[in-house]
Amino acid sequence: MKTIIIIAVIVLILLFIIMTYNSFVRLRNWVKEAWAQIDVQLKRRHDLIPNLVNTVKGYAAHEKETFEKVVEARNKLLSGSPQDRIDADGELEGALKSIFALSEAYPELKANENFIQLQEELTTTENKVAYSRQLYNKTVAEYNIKVDSFPSLIIARLFNFNKESQLVTPEAEREAPTVSF
Amino acid sequence: MLYQQIIANKRKTILLVSFFTILVLGIGWGIGYIFENDPVSGIVIALVVLAIYLPITYLSATSQVLKMSGAQQVTKEQYPQLVDIVEELSIAARVPTPKIYVINDAVPNAFATGIKPEKGAVAFTTGLLEKLNREELEGVVAHELAHIRNYDIRLMTICIALVGVIAIVGNIGSRMLFWGGGRKGGNRKSNPILMIVALLFVILAPLAAQFTRLAISRNREYLADASAVEFTRNPVGLSNALRKISSNTEDMKNAKPATASMYISNPFGKKRKSRRRGSLFATHPPIESRIERLENM
Repeated sequence: MKTIIIIAVIVLILLFIIMTYNSFVRLRNWVKEAWAQIDVQLKRRHDLIPNLVNTVKGYAAHEKETFEKVVEARNKLLSGSPQDRIDADGELEGALKSIFALSEAYPELKANENFIQLQEELTTTENKVAYSRQLYNKTVAEYNIKVDSFPSLIIARLFNFNKESQLVTPEAEREAPTVSF
Repeated sequence: MLYQQIIANKRKTILLVSFFTILVLGIGWGIGYIFENDPVSGIVIALVVLAIYLPITYLSATSQVLKMSGAQQVTKEQYPQLVDIVEELSIAARVPTPKIYVINDAVPNAFATGIKPEKGAVAFTTGLLEKLNREELEGVVAHELAHIRNYDIRLMTICIALVGVIAIVGNIGSRMLFWGGGRKGGNRKSNPILMIVALLFVILAPLAAQFTRLAISRNREYLADASAVEFTRNPVGLSNALRKISSNTEDMKNAKPATASMYISNPFGKKRKSRRRGSLFATHPPIESRIERLENM
């Protein structure tokens, strides 16, 4: 009788360890997946910008300041920590708003097929970044709570599952676009 | 919170199927009892119809619904913005990107289908794509993806199949009543109370089934609206889209009553217009109260 109880307890403990370990692995993979998605979209945005600048230059060549800001932010997209890159993307989004606002002053630009297409592409990549970031933060929060709470924290310490940090939204994104005529 | 909703949804499906099965068995029992004083054979007949009808509907539902609506699968080259939006919101809903279809119809409407998220498909009318801007289209797409993500389509497909079975069996029963098939050689006496119960089952089961299905359908619409806002974080897009959709009062060309509850808004515009608030017969909640709930979010 005693041995049966001891075996049952050991089996239960083993089951707990396996299940907790697996859920940590799953959550960490989700975090990675969400980041991979963000990475893909940032690269896509990086590739789209030169096209956009060239198209817009054809209609509004003298808006140098606006272009510079966009290119500067674009060049920071692919290097640094995840948070650095998200910050750069926020900066880029702000600068892009000024470019899209330009189209109001240049009707020919607004009607340009290429420009319309680029605008849609940049909008969708930005939305994908935003949704992936939402997912990333949600998963990280779930993961971190698990790392910190009992009894799963024992497994976390044992197998070195460490807390991840969330991606903060840069405030610069919400700046109003400035248009110079 | 969403995960709990999904679990609750799966549980509801089981409950519902049990309830409908009882109705099916009850109606079979009733018919058997009234006509032959042999409830067992009635139940067997009902079960046989169920065993044939349910798997067929379940397996063919997705392709059937798409075929009946006249939807055509589209590519990114044809509808870049639509495809972009579906891809974006699939990320937010964490479902595989569904197949995308377009229906050539000026009436703005949309539906989702697919028993599992992996087999999901979404369809939009050309009228919808013309009338809505990006923000509004995002709301509609999010609503459809919410149906896929919450397993609503599985639930509604099972409902439609079970209502169909009950209608078939009930139809057989009322025909037999009408033609006065009656009991031949009544050598066995029947209990008058049980007789009344049996009659009630035959007459009322189809109605009860229909009302249950419609109540579930309306409830799912509210839920999908709420989930849509959870994905887009923007109730304005969806409520504006609903307003535009509701301003239409034409009927869709290829809509069938059986699939009406699959659409984001009742495809029978004329019917919708004449409905009062919260009717028991409605497939969808009144658009005004859906908009009201969205605006309170």
